[in-house]
Amino acid sequence: MTTPATPTTPTTPTTPTTPAISVRDLRRDYQRPRSSLRQRGPVVEALKGVSFEVARGERFGIVGESGCGKSTLMRLLAGLDQPTGGEVQVEGQTVSGLPEKQLGFLRSSLQLVFQDPMGSLDPRMRVRDIVAEPLVAQRLPGRKARVAELLEAVGLGAEAGSRYPHQFSGGQRQRISIARALAPKPSILLADEPVSALDVSVRAQVLNLITDLVSDLGLTLVFVSHDLSVVRHVCERVAVMCDGEIVETGPTQQIFDDPQHPYTQRLLRAAPSMRRALAGAGAADLLGDPS
Amino acid sequence: MSAEPLPRPVGAMGVGPEPARPSRRPGASFFVGAGLVALVVLMALVSFVWTPHDPTFVDASARLRPIGDPDYPLGTDKFGRDVLSQILVGARTTLFVGLVAVGVAGLVGVPLGIVAAMAPRRIGEPLMRGIDLLLAFPALLLAIMFSAVYGGSTLVAMVAIGIASVPSFVRVVRSGSLQVMSTEYVLAARAAGRGPGAIGLHHVLPNVSGLVIVQASVSFAIAVLAEAALSFLGFGTPPPTPSWGRMLQESQELLFAAPRLAIVPGVAIALAVLGFNLLGDGLRDHYDPRMEDRR
Amino acid sequence: MSAVAAQGLSTHSPTSRVLDVNGLDVRLGRFHLLHDVTFSIDRGERVGLIGESGSGKSLTSLAMLGLLPDEARVAGSIRLAGVTYDLVGARERDLAAVRGRDVAMVFQEPMTALNPTMRVGDQVAEVITVHSGRAGPDRRAARARAVELLDQVGLPDPGDAAKAYPHQLSGGQRQRVVLAIALANDPSLLVCDEPTTALDVTVQARVLDLIVRGVAARDAAMLFITHDLSVVATVCERVLVMYGGRIVEAGSVSEVFRRPRHRYTQGLLAASDLDSAPPAGRLPTIRGTVPSAGAFPDGCVFRSRCDHATERCATVPPWTGPGPGEGFACYHPADEERA
Repeated sequence: MTTPATPTTPTTPTTPTTPAISVRDLRRDYQRPRSSLRQRGPVVEALKGVSFEVARGERFGIVGESGCGKSTLMRLLAGLDQPTGGEVQVEGQTVSGLPEKQLGFLRSSLQLVFQDPMGSLDPRMRVRDIVAEPLVAQRLPGRKARVAELLEAVGLGAEAGSRYPHQFSGGQRQRISIARALAPKPSILLADEPVSALDVSVRAQVLNLITDLVSDLGLTLVFVSHDLSVVRHVCERVAVMCDGEIVETGPTQQIFDDPQHPYTQRLLRAAPSMRRALAGAGAADLLGDPS
Repeated sequence: MSAEPLPRPVGAMGVGPEPARPSRRPGASFFVGAGLVALVVLMALVSFVWTPHDPTFVDASARLRPIGDPDYPLGTDKFGRDVLSQILVGARTTLFVGLVAVGVAGLVGVPLGIVAAMAPRRIGEPLMRGIDLLLAFPALLLAIMFSAVYGGSTLVAMVAIGIASVPSFVRVVRSGSLQVMSTEYVLAARAAGRGPGAIGLHHVLPNVSGLVIVQASVSFAIAVLAEAALSFLGFGTPPPTPSWGRMLQESQELLFAAPRLAIVPGVAIALAVLGFNLLGDGLRDHYDPRMEDRR
Repeated sequence: MSAVAAQGLSTHSPTSRVLDVNGLDVRLGRFHLLHDVTFSIDRGERVGLIGESGSGKSLTSLAMLGLLPDEARVAGSIRLAGVTYDLVGARERDLAAVRGRDVAMVFQEPMTALNPTMRVGDQVAEVITVHSGRAGPDRRAARARAVELLDQVGLPDPGDAAKAYPHQLSGGQRQRVVLAIALANDPSLLVCDEPTTALDVTVQARVLDLIVRGVAARDAAMLFITHDLSVVATVCERVLVMYGGRIVEAGSVSEVFRRPRHRYTQGLLAASDLDSAPPAGRLPTIRGTVPSAGAFPDGCVFRSRCDHATERCATVPPWTGPGPGEGFACYHPADEERA
């Protein structure tokens, strides 16, 4: 099962080579509710033993379709869920197995940007309170100035602070989400499908914002998406997930140019591409060889 | 980007900009309901300052005057008391009743509902079953029991009705809270480092407030009716304090001779209940979040 | 009005036009949402409609089925082959006769397009019996045909699948059912509004293939509405680009996507071309954001975001091209060839 909890204040000195994130044999099972009186419900294995490392400052992508376990993985990395087996370490500190009360150190070094621009912002809170929330929760000083700074950094301007989320478009709401994530000055950013719900032209703007901020602030980025072209553009290394497991990992260029695993090959072929289409590919070519 | 005014998002159908608050423009129900409620409030307020006559003054010489009488616009009852003055002061009772009942139900029910939603199953489930037990006691029965123990008075009756209204608050708040707990912004709050207490207070409570307001207006209507019924049965407001329900009860023996004595308080009760129900409907529509997502 | 529309489109000539939209104009409240939308589709043609939020593409698709809200004020004409009356201004009863028979729609959200309390096979059979009247197949025959259709859309064990309820199927399977319902009566026009946006990549590939094959087997016309340029390029032969309620560019897929003329099309193609941008580098963007419904500029609807706009653009640019199916509306079009 999980390793015993380590003390809350980071006492392990981190060397420059300590990976930002280290995942070893991570498992997460869910118990479905029972449908018969005598038998317990079936167990769903959302993650079946996942292992990888993300180096500091790296832009790491996780690609997969629905049900592959990437969302579950994100929550486990962020300490929002407990694994059934295996271990997650963030900057040398074990995160898995710690109760939420003891995860304060994690909250200041790792933050998330979510997929749904509408659902990830409390509709009853003003933008400045939303962005300031991590500062309030972690009792960090200088809220007003920091919020103004952040809103400027994401291209919204300080006057956005007094408005409510529904007064903004999807792309702007994602900017607010990003501002909130950056508030406690984290070193790691987890982005869970941050641009999937956005229009094409807005997607480009938000992706630019993310890549600019990540490089300006020297952040480690974990970017989860089902959209291969986005991951290819943003990430240096990528892991391909299918059915709770990582089937292939490697540098982005290599994975995309020369995929080894049949699932990766199928995934790449199925994604519509302008280039292939203009070269004459039709819908049937997305399927390739029946497998 | 920061220089231009922030554009208002367009709904998926392209049907115009979203309003400044998460709501639709209030419809007819809201205004009619609000108007009726305002009328009741006005009557109660006026009664503190002035009534045409003393509603408790018994004047045998002025018995059973008809409606339209120059001294008594709505007539008098069998004791010669002015009906209009009784209605005005009775409005106070009506509002007092609603406030206490809804206040009790809300102050107890809302926190219980939030706790039931946020607590782990082994605490939440027994709590809900305990609340369900309360449903076994009809409001009127509870009020009668309390009156027998603590003596009959408006306050006792209203606390009883409030307690009987707790389950509906708890259920509504719990289901709303469960929905809020499953949102991504609560997940984001946890990721920011907020503890469960702060999440309950700053995220869950504001987002179920709409539901609570609607439930409150519906419960208000029920409480008014319940008080009328209790007074009718003799367990509510004791004489001589005017009460619309008791006016109904006292009009029973003269129902055929002077039906106006039943109609006037009956209409007052009906309008008050209608007003609160419509207000509740209108508020519910007002708070229905139009979550049109713009990509 | 075009000569073909005046004929009532009731001819059966092999190259007959299936859909003729002329000057479609929609107002809702004080907003003017669609301006002078004109295009046509022939049998067997697959036409894509590209647009982002606020472009009016969904309204256009709803207009094809007469599903605009009652409060909408609609002008112009929509003529369908085999239907003697104009869909604009037609009574609900007449529109209901046309929907599911001459024109059918595949929506984005399969869960909401299917009745959750009805078995899937019954829903397919229903659309058959509704439009066949007394002369058509009885219930048993309709159910048999439904199973056939479910087989055609690739559901394994179609007999069992027909007995399933929507929640027992996956998203991709549900979308296949929606497609089966749409194709059940061999419509002459299939309208697809973001049919695969909510689906996984591999599932999308399968559903797109089914749509294309289903349409080809019936020699039907197709209007495919989406914001995904690669999907349009893969699935369609012609494309219409919409912005601010107007069609700003039209033409064959290879022409428009290789050599975009309108600046919005150009910006859109550049912004979506993630492969050409340097890794983690800056993507070209269209500055600003799409204005809300009442806030589009006068004259050229795109000029508030265009780097090439001049005073000339304060008047609506005329259509430059041989017809409504090919051309663009821009005073300062792009000329260079994209790589």
